[in-house]
Amino acid sequence: MKKINYLFLFTILLILVLTKLLIKNEYYLSIVIFGLFNAINASCFNILLGYTGIISLGQGAFYGIGAYCAVITAASYGISPSIAILMASFFSGILAFVVGYPTLRLHGHYLAMATLGFGMIIYVFMNEMAFLTGGPSGFLDINKFTLLGMSIYGESEFYIFVASMFFVFVVMFELFDKSFLAYKLKFIKESEFASKSFGINIFRTKLLTFSLVAAITAFNGGVYAYYAGFISPVSFNFHYSIQLLTMAIVGGVGSVSGGIVGAAILTALPEFMTAIEDYEMVLYGLFLAVTIIFLPEGLSGLFKKIVGKNASN
Amino acid sequence: MQFIYSGITSGSIFALVALGFNIIYNTTGIINFAQGEFVMIGGMLIYTLLSIYGIPLFMAVPVALLLALIIGILFDKIFIKLVKVPNEINLITVTIAAATIIRGLAMVIWGRNTLNVSGYIPYSVISFPGGSLTSNSLLVIAVSLLTAFSLSLFFKKSSLGKAFRACYNDKMAASICGVDVGHIRMLAFGIAAFLGVVAGIVTAPITYVTYTDGVMVGLKGFAAAILGGLGNFWGGVAGGLLLGIFEGFFASILPSGYKDAFAFLIILFVLFLRPMGLFGKKKAERL
Repeated sequence: MKKINYLFLFTILLILVLTKLLIKNEYYLSIVIFGLFNAINASCFNILLGYTGIISLGQGAFYGIGAYCAVITAASYGISPSIAILMASFFSGILAFVVGYPTLRLHGHYLAMATLGFGMIIYVFMNEMAFLTGGPSGFLDINKFTLLGMSIYGESEFYIFVASMFFVFVVMFELFDKSFLAYKLKFIKESEFASKSFGINIFRTKLLTFSLVAAITAFNGGVYAYYAGFISPVSFNFHYSIQLLTMAIVGGVGSVSGGIVGAAILTALPEFMTAIEDYEMVLYGLFLAVTIIFLPEGLSGLFKKIVGKNASN
Repeated sequence: MQFIYSGITSGSIFALVALGFNIIYNTTGIINFAQGEFVMIGGMLIYTLLSIYGIPLFMAVPVALLLALIIGILFDKIFIKLVKVPNEINLITVTIAAATIIRGLAMVIWGRNTLNVSGYIPYSVISFPGGSLTSNSLLVIAVSLLTAFSLSLFFKKSSLGKAFRACYNDKMAASICGVDVGHIRMLAFGIAAFLGVVAGIVTAPITYVTYTDGVMVGLKGFAAAILGGLGNFWGGVAGGLLLGIFEGFFASILPSGYKDAFAFLIILFVLFLRPMGLFGKKKAERL
């Protein structure tokens, strides 16, 4: 078993703290916060694709379910947002279990199609069930977020909250990466046949992973809703799922840093490209294509290769 | 009853797209997520040739179709061939990347607005028992069915078509018998793009063209292919027509906004109950 990479965790913590100390501009801070949300989602996608071999093109839907459920339950039953987010996360996990039960028996493009179809259905429902979801324009003026009686409001306070959430997530992900479970999942990804003959219940393992990941994504979505103060179906559509796929693959699948690196680059990219905004979609596609064609292990794989070469020299 | 006629119209487009999916699936074993973009490109090309360059229709259509073949072949050369680790997930992802690039380029070239293509034949309404069809819809159905029939003749009769079928059955054996498998794969992408562009040209006067059109049409065409059994030629056609009719039926009894959701709901059910599709044969699985 590999050792826990304390250096990596420390670097992440350092970057988070430095960001808080150095960036005073609220706009830039908000981009970092969006980057952190994306990083969690892309890492969740990475757990599915890179570790378990599940290609899920419906992650945007779970993110959206988290956001909508948290806002709707908090608003209509008057409960505290933090409890509403937990409930939304739980609900999303259950839903993923119900959806995953029939779909996770499928493989490859059948699974891609099934998850994509699920994402589309949720998107249509968000748009059409206006009495519940506010329709295409979504919800405006979401209540303030409170945690243990403290009200969290504004970029700076939210940054502290989201950054701590992100750090806890990264620590958990790192622990998971070095745990026996990660090996088990990678074994399943490598060969379902072999892992089955070793007595691993593939289906149950996949289903639990899928549900847990959906719950985390939904939790993230709930927090996102309270941070943005505004949600609409467009934020959770098929394109968002594709963006997560791009982030995970550009960063590198099957590693802790992959989703984080990918999310950081692809969230920051549009900000540098405001002059050629129209080309954003083309650039996204090019990034994805170039990574798949030339860097099958993504940027973090490339980085590791370079470091590895220097070390052996 | 009207829903049957409108269902057949949209269904014949899904059928053409499904055929494109099947041809590529059979020769390469991958799903081309950019198939819908070919349809969008078809509409865009015909708009450019007719409205901007003012080329007459009888010349514009062959030019558009020729361009389609070239686009399909370039697609294979640029994206598919270069993938170093051609496993299923990488190939799916590279076609998703290609679709994003094509969509993005279309937005840059043709803009975000919906482009209006005028009808190819004079507008009239033809009544049938229990409903009616416009002349444009009739053209869509006729062209789609004609294309499907000529394609099936091509696969059955011509020697190139036989080479295609040999590749479907066994790539290794086909290449031993002197079939250039790489060549066939390239042509498969050409034909798939050709089918997409045909679909794009015939639907342009009805739905008009926007750069985002490809996504939904592609997904529903894929759904149709799965409904009929992935890789099954007439299964794809039947799947397309059935999907169109189901969708028309749901749109007639429920708010039409839910229409898109129902297409996918049907697909989820098919995938759960009969993953090989309605007309597909059960294949031996590795697991």
